[in-house]
Amino acid sequence: MSLEITRELRSSYAFVERNINLTKRYWGWEVVWILYTVANSLAVVLIAQGVNSSVGSAALTDTQVDQLILFLAIGALVWHYLAVVFETVSDMISLERWEGTIEYTFMAPVGRSTHMVGSAIFSLVYGFLHTAVVLVVIVLAFRLDMSNANYFSAALILLVGSVSLIGIGIMGATLPLLFPERGMQMTHVIQATLVLISGVYIAADQMPEPLASLSVVSPARYVIEGIRAALIEGESVADLWRSMLGLLAAGLVLIPAGVQVFSWGERYAKRTGRLKRSG
Amino acid sequence: MVSTQTPTAAWGQNGPLDVALDVDSASKVFTSGRPFLKRLVGRAGPGKRVVAVDKMAFSVGKREIFGILGPNGTGKSTLIRLISTLLTPDSGSVRVFGHDVVAEEAVVKRLINRVSVEPSFFKKLSPMENLMYGARLYSVEPALARGRIIEILTRLGVDSRSIWSPMEDMSRGMQQKVAIARAFLSSPVLLLLDEPTTGLDPHSRREVQAFVREIRDAHDATVILCTHDMNEADQLCDRIAIVDHGRIVALDTPAALKALVRSDERPTPTLEDVFLELTGRSIEEDIEDKK
Repeated sequence: MSLEITRELRSSYAFVERNINLTKRYWGWEVVWILYTVANSLAVVLIAQGVNSSVGSAALTDTQVDQLILFLAIGALVWHYLAVVFETVSDMISLERWEGTIEYTFMAPVGRSTHMVGSAIFSLVYGFLHTAVVLVVIVLAFRLDMSNANYFSAALILLVGSVSLIGIGIMGATLPLLFPERGMQMTHVIQATLVLISGVYIAADQMPEPLASLSVVSPARYVIEGIRAALIEGESVADLWRSMLGLLAAGLVLIPAGVQVFSWGERYAKRTGRLKRSG
Repeated sequence: MVSTQTPTAAWGQNGPLDVALDVDSASKVFTSGRPFLKRLVGRAGPGKRVVAVDKMAFSVGKREIFGILGPNGTGKSTLIRLISTLLTPDSGSVRVFGHDVVAEEAVVKRLINRVSVEPSFFKKLSPMENLMYGARLYSVEPALARGRIIEILTRLGVDSRSIWSPMEDMSRGMQQKVAIARAFLSSPVLLLLDEPTTGLDPHSRREVQAFVREIRDAHDATVILCTHDMNEADQLCDRIAIVDHGRIVALDTPAALKALVRSDERPTPTLEDVFLELTGRSIEEDIEDKK
């Protein structure tokens, strides 16, 4: 049993190593992607910088502007991280289909959970590094006041919250199995819905209905709220334990649910011939 | 089906363990024009049915090179996908060394590997990176794999610089050799070759054919070779199944198949003659029709 688990874990590194190699080989694209993300994040944070000039009067004090900058910056960064994790996991099928390797990966003697574990590990590391680069640029550009920040509780809640997003990502990865031609675009709909209802750029409880009610079911909302509380208010793990426990519980439900949904999708794909490389 | 020899009579004298592959009345039908969402709400029509594999039944003995001969679109690749666990049969069964491809999928996957007509790789990755990925999936020790990759690729005539360059810079023939190395690396006991030499130059084709023989002779592997190259099938295969419209229309050794159509007017028939006689058309015409 333990031998089997060891073998599966070692096999899961195949996906980590392959994705690292792909990232290195597509380094030009990675540079473009980072620049695009930095530009997007800066554009969002600049909204706060220019809020007074936009309304023609000093609606907010300098301190409030700084708080808004931090609020939006955290929203942009955390969302970027969660989106990278979600995309990396949900793209595990689209990538293989695009490269034409899907049949070889699916006929290899590795469990689908091994495949997913490998993709998830890579997504966490990749998402973290990617976000760190954007964070450095934003901190330098806006001289954010992080003196109150509790980085440990922020990192912990980010890690715990990633688990739920991985579960949703696995469900999303089923779409390219069922719909070879448009499945990948469908995963973007899930992502867009999450960004809309999770209080990324506006506090979730301040959103209009029905978005505020819908946000209750989004794990991303609690990750973003928790990280804001940790980085702006300096809340500790003890202060955030309820959110962490909730996120952990959501992850424990969403990961097996994602694997089950994916397994149904795989069976359907094998019955209908949708694993063909060209779709 | 025309056959002068039953599979188990010639291959598998020692019982089921000698049977590498057993296909028993396997069928696969594809239906198009029935969108998933319409099916979910029960509004899909009957759609168009295509019978890709129609109650195929045959056995392949251990260490046999078994040819499946037929033009494009006659179910050869579907059959290979059924054996490779990429498709599930609608009816009947497929067993690899006694293991059912559906019920014992994980076991079957450890026994097989495949080379398809398209050498599918991560194009930006080098042969080494692609093959290391494959080696890890098949639990080959990384240190051992690196050495074997270089050894196999060198043996196949892939120059050492190309081993570390992106696959997209290689010719199709070279890519196909890397595909063969990928299959060989996992030491499969059942190797599925789906038109592995299509599009290769004569020299590369001969090299691949020599490799197929070596896999059988030196590694005790059983080889299923799908092809529409009559000469290749004649030279390599111990037995050949001629497939037409998802069915096996004849199954025997190349010599026995040719004997079926031997006559005074045609004293030395070829496999092409056999195909023409049994299906009513030439394989080249059929390939052209499909283009």
